[in-house]
Amino acid sequence: MTSSRAERWIFGGTSALVLVFLYLPLGLIVLYAFNKTNINSWPFPGFSTQWFDKLLHDPVPKEAAWLSIRIALASTALALLLGTSMAFAFARYRFFGREVVNFTVTLPIILPGVITGVALASFFLFTNTELSTRTVIIGHTTFCIVLVFNNVLARLRRLSPSFEEASRDLGASGLQTFRYVTLPSIRTALIAGALLSLALSFDEIAVTFFLAGADTTTLPLWILGAFRNSQSLPEVNAVATVILLISLPVIALATYLMREEGGTRIIEE
Amino acid sequence: MLWLLVFYIVALVLLLMTSLWQQDVFTAEIVRHWTLSNYDKLFTGQGGLWLRIYGRTVLLATIVTLIDIALAFPLAWFMARIVSPKWRTLMFLAVVVPLWSSILVRIFAWRTILGGQGLLNQFLVDTGLLSHGSSAFLYNDRAIAITWAYVWLPFMILPLFTALEKIPHSYLEASRDLGAGALTTFRRVILPLAFPGVVAGSIFVFSLTMGDFVAPQLVGGGSQVLGGAIKDRFGVAADFPFGAALASLTLVTLVVFLTITRRTGALENV
Repeated sequence: MTSSRAERWIFGGTSALVLVFLYLPLGLIVLYAFNKTNINSWPFPGFSTQWFDKLLHDPVPKEAAWLSIRIALASTALALLLGTSMAFAFARYRFFGREVVNFTVTLPIILPGVITGVALASFFLFTNTELSTRTVIIGHTTFCIVLVFNNVLARLRRLSPSFEEASRDLGASGLQTFRYVTLPSIRTALIAGALLSLALSFDEIAVTFFLAGADTTTLPLWILGAFRNSQSLPEVNAVATVILLISLPVIALATYLMREEGGTRIIEE
Repeated sequence: MLWLLVFYIVALVLLLMTSLWQQDVFTAEIVRHWTLSNYDKLFTGQGGLWLRIYGRTVLLATIVTLIDIALAFPLAWFMARIVSPKWRTLMFLAVVVPLWSSILVRIFAWRTILGGQGLLNQFLVDTGLLSHGSSAFLYNDRAIAITWAYVWLPFMILPLFTALEKIPHSYLEASRDLGAGALTTFRRVILPLAFPGVVAGSIFVFSLTMGDFVAPQLVGGGSQVLGGAIKDRFGVAADFPFGAALASLTLVTLVVFLTITRRTGALENV
């Protein structure tokens, strides 16, 4: 790469500033998780781990987190099933209105969550369905499908059909071909799609807000409620810090898998 | 197999239908009686209040998109064209990490930064630029814009990075060999090739901004934005049909925006 020294310095400097902008709030979140008081003021009031202690003995955020995990798992499982089969249909068959369908299928991801949320809320109102954990899962599945679909489709398009043909010519049954040829070659795409949809579902607020039943307090809904109570602000920061710590290895894995694929498919978000 | 797709479309159609229905004032039941009164209220009601909210949100979304393009371009260029592959992966990770931490908490962090006792005020007081902490930074449209630009920035960096990474080095060399200066190369070679990335990023940033109600709620002042207005109709105000009309207006705006940008082929990379 031939870039002049001036170019390096100008772009490097600006990039450093942008990265500071990206990380300053994150740093503050972690810092204030160790706040001695419950007032998020600067200069930093003093160091303590009391909020992590409080978190350890507070069942409410734990229950909320557990509910969010279950919702994320259920939505991702559904999305894997439906998203993958849709990707296969797109990669293998041409059908009437394919382009229109292709456009619509990306809508749940491109349109803001509030639209998906109120649209499904109208739907459940119309069908007289009571809002519950199940309705939240349906809402999350609509956008998780797109994440899986995009990842798998991208992989299938690059996969030569001759591998599967060879497998069949060599006498393998349809199931054997899928098990030994197709599945291994789309495995990383499946994992990447699943990780993305787990992460997005876990942190989702807009769709959840309109579809949650009275007793469906997911972690983001708990956080939103905790902001109104200034007593527990640093506890929220502690929660965010824990989430960040847990997700770091997952991010590393997902990024590795996606770079492996040669594209930055994270943008399906 | 395509049942969820059908499901989603049915929900969107029902949203449009709900916007053409009425709500009984006394029982709050939805009366399935076709009327355009919700749209009448939206376009002419309350001295144009709703249209002003709409206009302000579109303006804010445009400003936020432009800020993010300006911030993302140098970083994406540095990542894609200047640093070594090892650093590129590290920087890529650095851009992705914020996306995976709670968006609510990241929005709330700006309250800590911009608040009366916040980091920014303390910094300005320490450097002598202000004599005492100012409350002018938080709870207004500027605070919302900064927060939005912050939370959506990775969505602009990533597609831009992908687009810039794909430009063959030989194109830049050819441009230089043919006597073009850095500025000409940027305008005639880099910009057209980066355009799909800019468009893809803009779609995300613009669309996310048009619908968000969390940032306005946490760092905004009293003035409403579209996302918040929709949320209130479906929440405290409990006027589903009018909320559906507001949501339909947002939906139509975004679909028009998408259809125009789709022609540039940007979504092929999405």
